[in-house]
Amino acid sequence: MIEVKGLTKYYGELAAIHDLDFSIERGEVIGFLGLNGAGKTTALKILGCVLLPTSGDVKVDGIDIARAPHEVRRRIGYLPDTPPLYNDMTVGRYLKFAAELRGVPASETDKAVGEAEEKTATRDVHDQPIFSLSHGYRQRVGVAQALVHRPKLLILDEPTSGLDPVQIVEMRTMVRALRGDHTVLLSSHILSEISQTCDRLLVIQRGEIVAQGSEQDLGDKLGGGGTIEVEVAGPSARAIEVARTVTGIGACAVIRETGGVALLSLQGAPDLRPKVVRALVQNGIDILRIDRGAARLESIFLQLTKDKELVQ
Amino acid sequence: MSTALRIARRELGGYFRTMTGYIIAGIMLLADGIGFQLFGLGAGEMYSADVVSQFFWVLFGINAVGSIFISMRLIAEERQTGTLPLLVSSPVHDWEIVVGKFLSALVFLGVVTLATLYMPALILVNGKVSVGHIFAGYLGVMLAGSAVLAIGTFGSALARNQVLAAIFTAIMVLVLVLAHLLARVTDRPLKDMFMSLALYARHFPPFQAGAIHLRDVIYYIAVTYVALFGAIRVMEARRWK
Repeated sequence: MIEVKGLTKYYGELAAIHDLDFSIERGEVIGFLGLNGAGKTTALKILGCVLLPTSGDVKVDGIDIARAPHEVRRRIGYLPDTPPLYNDMTVGRYLKFAAELRGVPASETDKAVGEAEEKTATRDVHDQPIFSLSHGYRQRVGVAQALVHRPKLLILDEPTSGLDPVQIVEMRTMVRALRGDHTVLLSSHILSEISQTCDRLLVIQRGEIVAQGSEQDLGDKLGGGGTIEVEVAGPSARAIEVARTVTGIGACAVIRETGGVALLSLQGAPDLRPKVVRALVQNGIDILRIDRGAARLESIFLQLTKDKELVQ
Repeated sequence: MSTALRIARRELGGYFRTMTGYIIAGIMLLADGIGFQLFGLGAGEMYSADVVSQFFWVLFGINAVGSIFISMRLIAEERQTGTLPLLVSSPVHDWEIVVGKFLSALVFLGVVTLATLYMPALILVNGKVSVGHIFAGYLGVMLAGSAVLAIGTFGSALARNQVLAAIFTAIMVLVLVLAHLLARVTDRPLKDMFMSLALYARHFPPFQAGAIHLRDVIYYIAVTYVALFGAIRVMEARRWK
């Protein structure tokens, strides 16, 4: 769906992004992860045909964005970091205007607007002026304008920015529901959002891609394969002893132990969870909970953004 | 409907859905009325044609100043409020954005200008003045307004915010209005060049007097074209920044 080769953008002397290479398959939900100022927005602006690159090739659906930008624009829906909303319009009128701009035939605009409102749960504010909307609704209307012309590719720049926890969950659910109909590229510096919503991550730091792959791939590349958290009933020493017998499990640590319940952190790939469960159960240890290490993605991200050589 | 017209329709709606449009229109019409009273009806005994001529002089000035405020929001406001990406990420040419916005401002100015029609109509009914004179005057006012709006569109494309847009436009318009003063203190060929560029002194008085010269019509259309062309180029250049 997207092929990016050697993409570079200079602002004066400063390279906002440098020599980016990546590709995205149709139907994937990709997370663009990086700290503020890492170059995410610049890269997304170029993919959204808002900004021209200094050098490099970008093809969307096989079409070069420099040669046929209009063809590409018909295929993409772009939500910038600030939703581009006209406060003086009602939601319905605004979405109709956006559909017309993106070339939706006049006979189909009402249907397209209805579909976009359905997907983004904004039908109930159809007749409401945009200036009166809450931040959550503004963000959703922003997504609705991006998908009103049924684009193949959706580019969402920090779609959960400024949302409260409930709205973040709603936005995540909405983005997940778009999978299949659209290829989605979304950016964020919020790790949990990226890990829960996306199939694959592109980690960008100082304008360069420092790692790409699934959360699992990134964990493996960084060595150690992550951690597993397991909560067991009974003494921690016995559980650790058993867990260490599982091939692939390294260092084990006690996170806390109170009231006969121990929370352990086991060094090892999350894929080993079934083996750990079997070993513990066979040895008569009751498991209350088992999960991936909570701080796992956080630590991957921090490592990646601290020292890119680690993964190269 | 073409994309430029769609953009113009939305933009025009923006003038009337917010207070900005009504405030600008109200102030312009109030100033027109006061100017007509001060320099036309209340300026002592005059021929009807002179009263109408004075009226168009007032209208030119008020429209020129008003056009600066009408046009300052066109592109700078979109940049300020973050709505420009909707237009520039859509399959829309930069010229369609610029022309659409300019057209909306021109229609708005036309509506405000049309609302002044009762003033020369009073002279037409009670005095001796030809319909042709009034038509020529309004044609001149709209052509000059179009030129100032186009310069304003260019200023709005250049500026980061509306205040800067108004300042840029005011400077450019002032230079063109005062170009005839430069002509007075320079020798040929600069003198001829400055004189031919003068937005008011060289090209508007014939319209004021009821005469339509092709030279003046071409001048205002040329200024409009060049300013809009500049605005389109600025929009294109911004995609590189």
